[in-house]
Parts: sequence; structure tokens; C-alpha cells
Amino acid sequence: MDVLVGIGSPDESVAALERTARQAAATGDSVTVAIVGDHPTEARERLETESSSVADDAGIDVSIRHLDGDPGSQLVDVAEAEEFDELVIGGGSESPMGKITIGSTAEFVLLNAHTTVTLVR
Amino acid sequence: MSSDRRYPDEISGPFPTPPISFTDAEDRDIEIRSFDGTDDEYEALAEMYVAFDPSDRAQGIPPGKEPRIRTWLDGILADDCYNIIAWDGDTAAGHATLVPDAEGGNFELAIFVLQEYQQAGIGTNLMETLLGYGTSVGITTVWLTVERWNHPAVSLYKKVGFETTGAENFELEMAIRIGEDGA
Repeated sequence: MDVLVGIGSPDESVAALERTARQAAATGDSVTVAIVGDHPTEARERLETESSSVADDAGIDVSIRHLDGDPGSQLVDVAEAEEFDELVIGGGSESPMGKITIGSTAEFVLLNAHTTVTLVR
Repeated sequence: MSSDRRYPDEISGPFPTPPISFTDAEDRDIEIRSFDGTDDEYEALAEMYVAFDPSDRAQGIPPGKEPRIRTWLDGILADDCYNIIAWDGDTAAGHATLVPDAEGGNFELAIFVLQEYQQAGIGTNLMETLLGYGTSVGITTVWLTVERWNHPAVSLYKKVGFETTGAENFELEMAIRIGEDGA
């Protein structure tokens, strides 16, 4: 199965990649990491390094790419255009109270993707 | 959740401060008091949340399992939070809380009423008394999120003075001003 994982915005955390990488190590899924959002070069590189080390820890190879522009629509576009089987994103953050809040990227993806979407908590 | 959240210009209130007593719509004598920090009150609250109907959960709280309920309660009953409980005798019937956000100064509000005590006026009294409590300890700005389809909750929040400040996500964000800045 070809899996696209979005990371890089507050909701699209590395936790989503960690879970996907663990699963791929067991199933042999092919994983592509999409780093979304506008980041300074330094932050981009850090996300890239972090992604590689998560993949190394899980013992899998991933391809990493950057998607410029609006995170939600970019993820949906790429997932569909390149016929990924699954799109994985972070499943929201928690308020001080502990309430789960879903960010605008996750909401856009859920409402617009024709690809199967997994939210990772 | 944004730190650039807008708050209404107008100050809402005045609101009552705890303790208050009233008879609810089902003729039950209800008292609302601030949480006293004792184990007895903590346990009564834990019991209320264990009995809580999962269909009344809001954005993942209260959590479903007792150990997680206790972890969650430990967080929101901490010293920098403000909590009031609605009592029917020794039974905790409702609970409302103000939790400071990371930036400090602004407080997130949540309110829970046990199913068999709903629609009897307890929610409104809890809400107003919590805001009065907040004002009395110097809190000026309070916010909350609510699922947009939860119309009874949204109307309750509007009734006491909350205004919608963010509507771009699944959940509505609402905010209220309850005191003068720097007061």
C-alpha cells in the first residue's frame, strides 16, 4: 500500500509519521512524507532530519518531499493525483482543558479527500 | 485556540459568586460551592464523571475510563484553576471549571451537568456563578470551544454574554469579557 503522511503544521505532527513507520515496518507499506506549511529553511531541514531518523528507527525507507502552499489542499491534491491508498495526518491538538480540537488542515482533508484518511492521536 | 483571540469590548455581568442555593426545576435543593480541595469532594466529582453518559462527552472530555478521568481531574483541579460544583446533598450534579491557558491571563471554561440533572436550570446557574467567581479573583477574559451542532450549549453561552470569535473549524470558539483589564 502507498501511504502519504503529512507533517509540519501544528496538527500534522511527527507522531503521525511514527505510527505510520511502525506499521510500514510490519506490512511493507511504501511511505512518502510530505512536509507541509511555510517554514524557514532551518525548520524545514529539521523536519527532514526528524523524518529520516523516525524512518531509520523503524527500519524503513521513506521518500521525503516538501509541499508548498496551503497544507490541506496540497495533501489532498497529491494524494489523489498520485493515487496514494491512504493519507495520514495528525488528529488535532488539545486545549488547556484537555479538549480535542481539530485544526483547519485536518478539517479540510477530512471533508475533501477521496483518499482514505487516517487521523493519528 | 489562537493567541490572537478577540474578546468582546463590553464587560458582561455582574454575576453571582459562590456559594449560592436554589431549587431547580425538578424541586431539588441545589447548592453551588467552590471546590474545597478535600478528598471527599474529589471523589464525589470522580463518581459523577464515571456515571457520565458518553453521548454527552465534548471534544474528548470527560475521558471514558476512570484512571483517565482521575488524570484529567488532577489537571483541572490544580491550584491555578477555579472550580465550582453543584451539589444535590452529597451528590455532585454538575461541575464548571476555569483553566488558565499557556499564555496565562486568559482562562478556558468548561461545564458539565450529570444527565439526570440537565434541563433544570443547573447549567445556567453554574455558568453564571463560575463567571462571578472568575471576576472576584481578577480574571477578565474567558474563552471556550463548543461543537457547532450543540445548540443548547451555544444558546446558554450566548445568553450569559459569550460571543463567537472563531467559526472556521468544526468547533466554535466563543469568548467573554468579565472584568476591566488591569483591575
